[in-house]
Formats: sequence, structure tokens, C-alpha cells
Amino acid sequence: MIDILGILCGKEGEAGHGKRPVVVQGMTGTFGSRHTRLMRDYGTNIAAGVTPGKGGGDLDGIPLYDTAGEAIAATGAEIVANFVPARHFLASAREALEAGARLLVAIPEHVPVRDTLEVVELAGSRDALVIGPNTPGVMVPGTIKVGIMPASPFAPGDIAVLSKSGTLLYEISDNLTQAGFGQRITLGIGGDPVNGMRLVDAFDMVRGIDGLRGVVIVGEIGGDAEETLAQRIIETGFDRPVVAYIAGRAAPKEKRMGHAGAIVYGNYGSAESKVNMFTKANVPVARRPAEVPVLLKGKMRG
Amino acid sequence: MRLLEHQAKDLFAGYGIRLLEGRVCPTIEGAREAARELGYPLVIKSQVPVGGRGKAGGIQKCASADELELKFPQVLGMTIKGERTRTVLLEKAAEISSELYVAIMLNRGRRTYTVIASSEGGVEIESVKGQTIRDVGLGGADAATCAEVASAIGLGGEAAASFASTLASLSSLAMEKEAELAEINPLAVLADGSMVALDGKVITDDNSAFRHEELQKYREASELEDRAAARGFSLVEMDGDVAVVGNGAGLVMSTFDMLTDSGGRPSCFLDVGGGATVESVYEAMELIGKMRRTRAILVNLYGGIVRTTTVATALLKAYGDGTIKVPTFARLKGAESEKAREMLDGSRVEMFGTVEEAIGAAVKGARRR
Repeated sequence: MIDILGILCGKEGEAGHGKRPVVVQGMTGTFGSRHTRLMRDYGTNIAAGVTPGKGGGDLDGIPLYDTAGEAIAATGAEIVANFVPARHFLASAREALEAGARLLVAIPEHVPVRDTLEVVELAGSRDALVIGPNTPGVMVPGTIKVGIMPASPFAPGDIAVLSKSGTLLYEISDNLTQAGFGQRITLGIGGDPVNGMRLVDAFDMVRGIDGLRGVVIVGEIGGDAEETLAQRIIETGFDRPVVAYIAGRAAPKEKRMGHAGAIVYGNYGSAESKVNMFTKANVPVARRPAEVPVLLKGKMRG
Repeated sequence: MRLLEHQAKDLFAGYGIRLLEGRVCPTIEGAREAARELGYPLVIKSQVPVGGRGKAGGIQKCASADELELKFPQVLGMTIKGERTRTVLLEKAAEISSELYVAIMLNRGRRTYTVIASSEGGVEIESVKGQTIRDVGLGGADAATCAEVASAIGLGGEAAASFASTLASLSSLAMEKEAELAEINPLAVLADGSMVALDGKVITDDNSAFRHEELQKYREASELEDRAAARGFSLVEMDGDVAVVGNGAGLVMSTFDMLTDSGGRPSCFLDVGGGATVESVYEAMELIGKMRRTRAILVNLYGGIVRTTTVATALLKAYGDGTIKVPTFARLKGAESEKAREMLDGSRVEMFGTVEEAIGAAVKGARRR
């Protein structure tokens, strides 16, 4: 199984734990530079940036390179955060994966799904992970943040939060934090029709984390990621509490609700279908974000 | 973008997929002329981007000019699942001996394109038992696969060849136009053995629009939707009276659900995206100001990085110049929310600590006026 915490944080107790180097593609853009500073302020070791034509320069002392290959070679980074505009995403992601990135966190929204398919295929052939596109990123609260999520909703702890949505990830993590449930890891898989890391992949990746006390799934209408995950829970069993929330119960059919992937065709992608499968998997589904910690407490009491 | 039937067929024609002769008619005058050219019997078909047209009476057979005069005005203007018929397709009727199903779609879970075919067409594919399903990778269906699918659904001889060639064309279309779905349902086998696409459904990827200038002529968004898209917002118009605004698709959907649970009826879903500024929130209010049915505005912003004072400034500006006139019920969470509350004190914006409270007040507020 993929050791996501190992990639993000390194080995506990060893030198450099929590200081794994990260390369940022598109670091000098408005969005990229703003979030590079916020990530650095959180404690993430931003080792280098990539902007074609700006190699040799720097951003607040962080060295810039023309290509991902040079940046990765100079820093030994395995983690690459991609802030490149959607229409240039494919080329930049390919460059990062071919240069040996093991974890690509793909922030841009509005990436053509065709380009995502190609990136996912390339990543698969190179044994690399892609989170996103259209993801807020991934975070180990208190240690590392790779993405655009604000710091305030999160606190270190032992719950995993896996979400299709950005703002709902913040909202629900905030609710959890206030109820005393900190998070071991939180990640957004992205709101697009095709995600590099699927909900079920993310679940398989976190389920074995030592000391994990529970998993919260933040789903939404569209596709069948939640159903696939529920099926996996039924088939493999999982002895710790899982609680879900599904957004989009009241959404009209065949309308894209903000996210490219949030669309219902017939029963495919509907909230009822997802809630039914989670119910079969003995996973309670909250009606409101604020209900998530209440249900989690209930599950923990057994 | 979901293409209308006649738009999908326009694409089909470019790929050599056979069609019945037809004309697009937005008026009765045009329909009379088209009918003279096509001859009777013919079929009039409502052009709306939703399924279930037949059941709703949006597809009618006409045997004579008298029937056309009677039925055309019924179909034009007919509203099906909330979509008004703005134009009608007239097609020559044909003698059909059987109906097949064929589609190629983006398979989200398996991250590949998938071909679905069946010898039972003309019904919803979900209800068909004998489906042939083949994953075809990122390159589309090759000749061997097309032939194999034809044989798998029980076709032989010339019928198999016609089907395989139709599927190959449909696959090329899907690959070149970056379609999430290209479907022919039904693919009709005529008395002479030839195959024609009786209906067509194509859904393209809005995110690849920048490299498909040729598809933009099919775009039929409302003026407000166009303005929202230009701003990077996502807007879905509804027929209720409470405008639901927020940042992030998931959060706005969640607010929309809770409003509906509380008996409220949304007039729109408006996601202003992650990076709300004074300008973007003000522009959102301008869009809402143009939706006359709106009687209350419900704002739910989780400002992680966005300052709530930015939102407060934009709201005050929108009330100050009369852009919006209905009350706002807001839950603004995040940086400087106390200051935002002070700024909004005495204005038409009522602030709440939780979204549940804001929703309760918005539902009452919309009823009161």
C-alpha cells in the first residue's frame, strides 16, 4: 500500500521529518505566489519553483527553475504542487511526472477531462500519484500543507477527511475541530468528472494509518465514486467509524452544479443512490455539515 | 454543453452518420415551407436539452398539412421538465423495421472511454438488460472493436457493416470533439436495411471549449448564464424566490439542500468561486438583481482566505446604488467577521452565526414580502 504519510512527512523520528521538499509549478503567478507564501508560512518546505523563462531568479529567496526536471534534480523533491493555468496543465504535469515526481497535487480548475485522462494514464505507468485536478490539496495538520486550503479550520488529530469539495472540506473540518476531532490527514480529490486519486484510492491509502480513529467522507452528486467506496467498505470490512456527508440532494437533474463533475443523469450520480449505498455499508450520512461530528461521536460510542 | 438533437445531428452529418431528411423550424411559416419540401408523413420534434420528450408529447407525427397547423403550435412553446421549446425539428417519417442503441461515453470511474450497444433501442438504456459494454481506452473504438460489438449485439452481413461504420464515426466524433457522451438512441434499421440516427445526444466538455471554436455556435446559454460564466461564476437558474450564493460548489449545494429542507425554494444556485473580491461579489449581486422572482438573498461564505469585510463592502455598495432591493440573510465565516458585522449593522443585511439560522430567516423573509 502507498505510504502517503511517508511521502508527505518522511519517516517519523528520522532527520528531515516534516520537512520534505516541495516544488511548486507556476510559482510566480498571482495565485501561485500567494499560496506558495501561505504554504511556507504553514511550515511546508518549499524547496524550489518552476516558471519557464524565470530560471535563475527567486521568490522570497526560493530558487526558480525553467523546468520541473531541473527543480526536481536540484532539490530531490518527490512532491510537486501544480498551479499552472488549466490550458497548460497537461504539458506541465507531463514534465513533472517524467522528471520523477511521485506525488503531483493538481490545483487548477477547468482542466479538459481529456488532458486529465492522459495525465492519469502517464502517472499510472510511472507509479506516481495525482491528486486532483480541481483539488484544494492535501494536508497533514500541524506538519505540512500542499494546496490552497486555509490553515484555520484544521487541527492535528486522528481523523481522516476525504472530500470532493474544497469549501465543504474546510467547513466540515472546522466542525470536527470544534467538536474535538483533529485530523491526521485531509485531502480533496477534486470536483472534476475524472480524478487522479479516486475516493476509493484515497480510502485505501489512509485506512491503514496507525492510530486512525475514524474517516469522514465528504461527497457530492455526480459519478459513482461514493458508491464504489461504499462497496469497498462492504467487501473488505473496516473496523473504525466512517461517517459521510453528500451535497446536492436538492439539485435538479442534468445541471452542472458548479463542479464539472457534479451532475446527475437519471439515477447515475444521484444523492439517493449514494445515500443508499452508504446505508448498506453501515455508514451514516449527515443531513447537514454540522451533523457530521455528532454522527461520528455516535459511531465511536458504538 | 448538452447539444440539442438537431445540433447533435448537424455534427453526425459531418461524420457521415446517416440521418432522415429534416429542417429546423422556429416558426409556423418556416414549418409550412419545410413540410412542402419534405412531404408527408413527417414528425415534429421539440428541441429541448432533456430526455423524455416523447412521453411529454414533444414528438408528434403529422400526416397532413391540417395536422401540422394543429400540432406544430402545440409543440413549439411546450415546456418539458422546465425547458421551453424554442425551436422544432421537422423530419420525414420512415418505415422502421427495428431499433438499436449505440453510444460512446467517458467512463468516470474506470478513466477510459466506453462503448455501450444494444439490440434494443428507443428506450432508456438503464432499463435494457442485454447491453454490450467495451472499454476502448483513450483512443476510441478501432475497426476491430466496432466489428466485434456489431456481432456481439447479434448483427451479421450488411447490417453488421453499417453498424460498425456508424460506431466508428460516432467514436471519431467523440474523440475529436472531446465529448463526454455521444449517443444514438435509437439507431433505426429501415425497411431497406440501411441505418439512420433517429435521435442524437452529444455532451461536450465545457473545459475544452477553448480549443473547439467550431462548437461555440451551438451554445444557447441565457444572458445571465453567459455573464456569470465570463466572471468565472457558476449559475443555475431555478424558479423559486431565494437566491443562494456562496463560494465553492460543494458549500453552495449544501446550502441549497438545507434551504430546500426548510421549505425554501431557490431562485438560483450561484457559486462565485474561491477568490471572492469586492468586484466579484458586487457582480454576483448585479446578476441576482436582474432575477425578478428573487425575494430574498441567502449568502453563505466560508472565508478561509477571502475576508468577510470584502463581502460586506460589496453588499453595502450593491444596496447603496440600488443594484439589489430585497433583503440579504448572511452567514459569513472567516477573517474579520466581527468587523463585517459592525459594517453591516443597520443595513438590509442580517448576519447570523450559523447557516441554519440564516436559512430560517431567509425562508421567513421571502414569505413576508
